[in-house]
Amino acid sequence: MLRDITLGQYYQTESVIHRLDPRVKLLGTILFFISLFCFSNPAGYAIALLFLAAVIITTHVPFSYMIKGMKTIVVLIIITVVINLFMTQGDVVVEFWKFKITKQGIVMAVQIFFRIAMLIVGSSIMTLTTTPNHLTDGMERGLRFLKVIKVPVHEIAMMMSIALRFIPILLEETDKIMKAQLARGADLESGNIFKRIKAMVPILVPLFISSFRRANDLASAMEARCYRGGEGRTKMKPLKYTSRDAVAYLVLFAYMVVSISVGRLDALKIM
Amino acid sequence: MMDIIRTKDVVYEYIRRDDEGAVTGITTAVDHVSLGIKQGDFIAILGHNGSGKSTLAKHFNAILTPEEGTVWVDGMDTLEEKNVWNVRQTAGMVFQNPDNQIIAPVVEEDVGFGPENMGVPTEEIWKRVEESLKAVGMYEFRKHSPNNLSGGQKQRVSIAGVLAMKPKCIVLDEPTAMLDPQGRREVLKAVHELNKLEGVTVILITHYMEEVTDADKVFVMDSGKVVMQGTPKQIFTLVDELKELRLDVPQPTLLAWELKKRGIPLPDGILTGEELVQAIKDLK
Repeated sequence: MLRDITLGQYYQTESVIHRLDPRVKLLGTILFFISLFCFSNPAGYAIALLFLAAVIITTHVPFSYMIKGMKTIVVLIIITVVINLFMTQGDVVVEFWKFKITKQGIVMAVQIFFRIAMLIVGSSIMTLTTTPNHLTDGMERGLRFLKVIKVPVHEIAMMMSIALRFIPILLEETDKIMKAQLARGADLESGNIFKRIKAMVPILVPLFISSFRRANDLASAMEARCYRGGEGRTKMKPLKYTSRDAVAYLVLFAYMVVSISVGRLDALKIM
Repeated sequence: MMDIIRTKDVVYEYIRRDDEGAVTGITTAVDHVSLGIKQGDFIAILGHNGSGKSTLAKHFNAILTPEEGTVWVDGMDTLEEKNVWNVRQTAGMVFQNPDNQIIAPVVEEDVGFGPENMGVPTEEIWKRVEESLKAVGMYEFRKHSPNNLSGGQKQRVSIAGVLAMKPKCIVLDEPTAMLDPQGRREVLKAVHELNKLEGVTVILITHYMEEVTDADKVFVMDSGKVVMQGTPKQIFTLVDELKELRLDVPQPTLLAWELKKRGIPLPDGILTGEELVQAIKDLK
């Protein structure tokens, strides 16, 4: 069950998207997110969907693999969609007992569904096609200007890349601990929400202890290999823009212009 | 030849404290250890759990510094602040748990981590990564994620990571303790090749007797002290003493020893099955 989470997991293929500079992908993801919140008509979402589909196809990452990571967030999407469906005021379409579904509510719910789904797929494309090290390299370089105001950019980037590296290891460990506790008769499935949260304690305590131990080991291993912060460090894979990245920026720019200008046309609004 | 690592009267204590910080107990993990390790040798340090062998190993690359006495690595005193990074570059260290020492999510990036920290130029890093991965036979896995490798493969990646720093000496702190027999064989083979082909000094910390039979010199530790030292042959003649230290001897050695006790005139210091077979054949 826990292994299904794909968020923050790299998937190796030799696609163009994989070889893009991480700064392009970072900025691209951010711009894509912004565009999603600019649309006021369905045409904008359609363009975004097409764009996303095109990107997904170019990555060569199986779509089913991408979707696996979304299963865990389905609940969140459903809750948000349902709340929007019932809570939006406006022209009533269906009414039963205390609930009213309005036209505006339906539109809002559909819109929210597409926004969240595309946000998640969009961000997982970035993490699936960029090695975490590359990603943090991109952040380190892209956010270097923040060093001026004493933001420890390198340290944050290093922490993130280590966190990402240890996600699968800790998931595996959680699985192991869960099985060990189940084997001793721990009941994780039944009871109300509070009971179940309480049942998680014997899983979280050993998990915390072991992650501190791991952190300690890792710190020694890093020190043993002469790690002493970002100063004086060279890069095995320094970031260099190529013509490919320029093309990607152009595509991105074209997408932003087209999607936002079409997505905000009042003529295409459905309400 | 000059000693690559030399220690003199090294003492290290673990101090246990209660919640208020008052001392409740002191464990002397390393107790006045003096030894010398020659450049190019394959050294094994043996001892059961808690004998202080890992603590001693951590002194060899300045992860720990002695409370009393001195450790010199390639002539550099580890207590001096300015030497720390040179010491760590000279004596690389491989730890027990392969998962907790691989920093990067791709094999080649992890091997490049050490040289990156040292400020090696980019092209040189690539050259070193390639050489190191080839030296441990992991070159074809360079683009893989460490999570999909077996324990033995992960440990070989860790060794490559240290090798890329071009150390004169590699300290391996129970590198096979968490591996299956197959992984253990892989790692030991890689380590032996490094020692023979590249001339890197190897210090192998272990409690598996079979792993030390090919060593040039063996140190046996017990409660923080070096209690025996010599060639594997010399050490394994002392079966009674080893048993007293709760250490197992390799099975062929044990069999030869038992046979000898029953009056069969076998020579001392039999380490491998082949030697035992030969010795028995020679009896006639």
